[in-house]
Amino acid sequence: MSPSHPSVLLGRLDLRSLDFLRVFLHPSVNEAILSGAAWAVIVAAAATVAILSRYRLWGPLWRNWLRSVDHKKIGVMYVVLALIMLVRGALEGVLMRLQQADGLGGGFLSANHFAQLFSTHGTIMIFFMAMPFLTGLMNIVVPLQIGARDVSFPMLNSLSLGLTVSGAMLVMISLVIGSFSTGGWSAYPPYTEMAFQPGPGPDYWIWAVTLAGLGSTLTGINFVVTILKERAPGMTLMRLPMFTWNALCTALLLVFAMPPLTVAALMLAADRYLGFHFFTNDLGGNMMNFANLFWLFGHPEVYILILPAFGVYSEVISTFSGKRLYGYTTLVIATMSIAFLSFGVWLHHFFTMGQDANVNAAFGIATMVIGIPTGVKIYDWMATMFRGRIRFSVPMVYALAFMVLFVLGGLTGIILANPSIDFQVHNSLFLVAHFHNMLIPGLLFGMLAGYTYWFPKVFGFRLNERWGYLAAACWIVGFILAFMPLYVVGLMGMPRRSVAYSNPAFQPWLIVAGVGAAFVVLALVSMGMQLYVSIRERERTRDLDGDPWDGRTLEWATPSPVRAYNFPVIPHIDARDAFAVAKAAGHRYVRPSAYGDIHLPGDTLIGVIAAVCGTTLGFGLVWYLWWLAALSLAVLLVALIGRALRGDRHPVTVPGAAVRRDYEGWLQTVAPPPPLERPLPPAIAATSSGAAP
Amino acid sequence: MNAPAPALGLTMSVEPQHAHEARSASALSGFWLFMMSDLILFGLVFATYVTMLMPASFALGPGPKAIFELPGAALETAVLLTSTFTFAMASLAIKYERGRREVVAWLLVTLALGLTFLSLEVSEFARMLAAGDRPQRSGFLSAFFGLVPLHGLHVFAGSVWLVLMLIEIARSGLSDSVRSRLARLALFWHFLDLIWVGIFSVVYLGGRA
Repeated sequence: MSPSHPSVLLGRLDLRSLDFLRVFLHPSVNEAILSGAAWAVIVAAAATVAILSRYRLWGPLWRNWLRSVDHKKIGVMYVVLALIMLVRGALEGVLMRLQQADGLGGGFLSANHFAQLFSTHGTIMIFFMAMPFLTGLMNIVVPLQIGARDVSFPMLNSLSLGLTVSGAMLVMISLVIGSFSTGGWSAYPPYTEMAFQPGPGPDYWIWAVTLAGLGSTLTGINFVVTILKERAPGMTLMRLPMFTWNALCTALLLVFAMPPLTVAALMLAADRYLGFHFFTNDLGGNMMNFANLFWLFGHPEVYILILPAFGVYSEVISTFSGKRLYGYTTLVIATMSIAFLSFGVWLHHFFTMGQDANVNAAFGIATMVIGIPTGVKIYDWMATMFRGRIRFSVPMVYALAFMVLFVLGGLTGIILANPSIDFQVHNSLFLVAHFHNMLIPGLLFGMLAGYTYWFPKVFGFRLNERWGYLAAACWIVGFILAFMPLYVVGLMGMPRRSVAYSNPAFQPWLIVAGVGAAFVVLALVSMGMQLYVSIRERERTRDLDGDPWDGRTLEWATPSPVRAYNFPVIPHIDARDAFAVAKAAGHRYVRPSAYGDIHLPGDTLIGVIAAVCGTTLGFGLVWYLWWLAALSLAVLLVALIGRALRGDRHPVTVPGAAVRRDYEGWLQTVAPPPPLERPLPPAIAATSSGAAP
Repeated sequence: MNAPAPALGLTMSVEPQHAHEARSASALSGFWLFMMSDLILFGLVFATYVTMLMPASFALGPGPKAIFELPGAALETAVLLTSTFTFAMASLAIKYERGRREVVAWLLVTLALGLTFLSLEVSEFARMLAAGDRPQRSGFLSAFFGLVPLHGLHVFAGSVWLVLMLIEIARSGLSDSVRSRLARLALFWHFLDLIWVGIFSVVYLGGRA
């Protein structure tokens, strides 16, 4: 690489930056894995193109999905992105577990490769697995739960998806061309500055995170407005389903917590590209500013990740216990408190970086205080189950595992919140065990429970239960085996992010962790099989009725798969858990008195343009292809301005008659026939006429 | 057809048509949220600037006293504050139905003032760069060039938006969508003024103090 003399056309790209060739230049196990990963991306991309062409799916994909502004389709695309990135991120985690199991005095990976692995693993799992997954579920569920036709800004929603995809594309490209940052997912300078990493790695991180962060900010704005403005008549705030409450708090956090990340990343970019001195060692840079900015984003981010999962658990536990949620009001207050407190604890991520002891104490106490609303939630869920009619199901298995394991992780969090203990265990595998304990049973299990729970609503058939249970079991066992040993080696003093170690006492525990990683692979295989089997046998698990789990909230009142317009007629809400109340009163199938025409937003190219131009913009900036970056930015801006000037040119109107035909047809299929009305004999009719209402 | 179900849980009846006002109210709420987000952005860049006001961050280079000139900054302030006044006059002209010509006139004056502000700012930056006070010189100068041009970039974006609005007014008059967008642009413009008051107070007045 020759960063000093980039060419105009190719920037600093050259043959050595092509990872898939490296194994031929320097054959070794390490290089084979590196090139193998690059080839895996290339082959997977080629296979996708081949399959789409073979089955002539390009047309449907283009017409029905990529240009769609339908919140359910956008949600599905987010979840697909999340699942793809989950596979890559999890495999990287497995590779790291295997390396450490073999790492006594060496192992098979180079230190540089290992550092890239933990950097991409963290970046991917947070920004391109967790965030798209929860955004996808919010997209699918929130408008349905509040009785809306779509989100407030459907085009903006497509733009957000495009930006997130472009960030993910950059991380995937970094596997094939050049290498990623070795500075961890938090990318602390000065190590990520030009002086130490002149290559493209940190630049990949900067632009991937900036693009995805912009998308997330816009998503946050969109969902706050949607939840506050698009609710059906009668859906007061205190009647909102709990998932939507959590989505509202998440969206607020997105609005307020993403800017610090953008600021931190762009300042780092200014340092790297323009020679600024925000965070450098020399000439008055202050790297503590980065730590503060990053965690000012990073800590609320933790709650951005966990709150939607809390929402899923609330819905799942209430539905499968056959009871209304215990302590609804306290859950709302707890959710809001967590969202608020999340901005006041960022400093606990760097207790050891030189503050006054009193400052540390204040942040330590604030951190412990967050345990209180979280504890309230756990008790509310347990009380919901208490004396409920609990039904076993895949989402419920995830929820139960969550309640046990998450409390354990929370307790280790309280331990870490004490600055004097943190000084002992910070930067050790104890910390790694703690946050995986929060994120896997907390976030990931919640997302997988939500995926299983709402799948039939979107696609009209349920996921296979046998494979679902197996996947859940493998995730639970895999998590326990892979991460509980890390608490132990962490307390024994093993630093995190170590490619190798010399203390033989660590190895048995790390071998157990490696076995756990194998279970995680089995879980991924089970999830793949589950999807395959479910699609193959979809006729057997059709959700004809639209309410496969005896649900309590509005989304189950409408037919599955949900029509583009969500509800034939916007419902009026008179109670919390309105659908459950209606069912109890015998009004499962509500017949509207009249149907109106429904107006829907038209398709747009903005999402596709954002995805493509975002990717080429980021790629151009990473490789100093200034012409490509300028061109991409220009195209994107022209497209956005053009859209602003011309507006939605293809709005769709669904005639009321068509809505009626569809809905009445569905009612005919699923609703029990109304009782026959027989004329009463005149004598009885005469006696009862006074009493009849 | 059955009679509508009694009010238990949920009922369905045809909603009134999605009024245009509801959509523009949503857009306004969304824009307020965007500005809150943007305000956090500025707040953090301000905070970074203030942490860089220390001798360690000057790196033996010039401090604020040596590089800022109050007369230039005061002139920029006057120009920008006047532009916020003229934009308010445009908003009032819309509110009281004073006709398209008056609205466009006030908007053109606003645009001219915005561009004047930008050219004053650019010439100030050029003077600083020529004197060797470049962002590459020290952490403090990096923070200055992170903060003040960021505001300038916002003013530039606002000016581009203003030009687009003038095009739209020329094409379709003061339609509902133009009014709703102008309301948001007005909010943005006043917001940038508020930020500038912060910059003038913290960076220039504070720097010379």
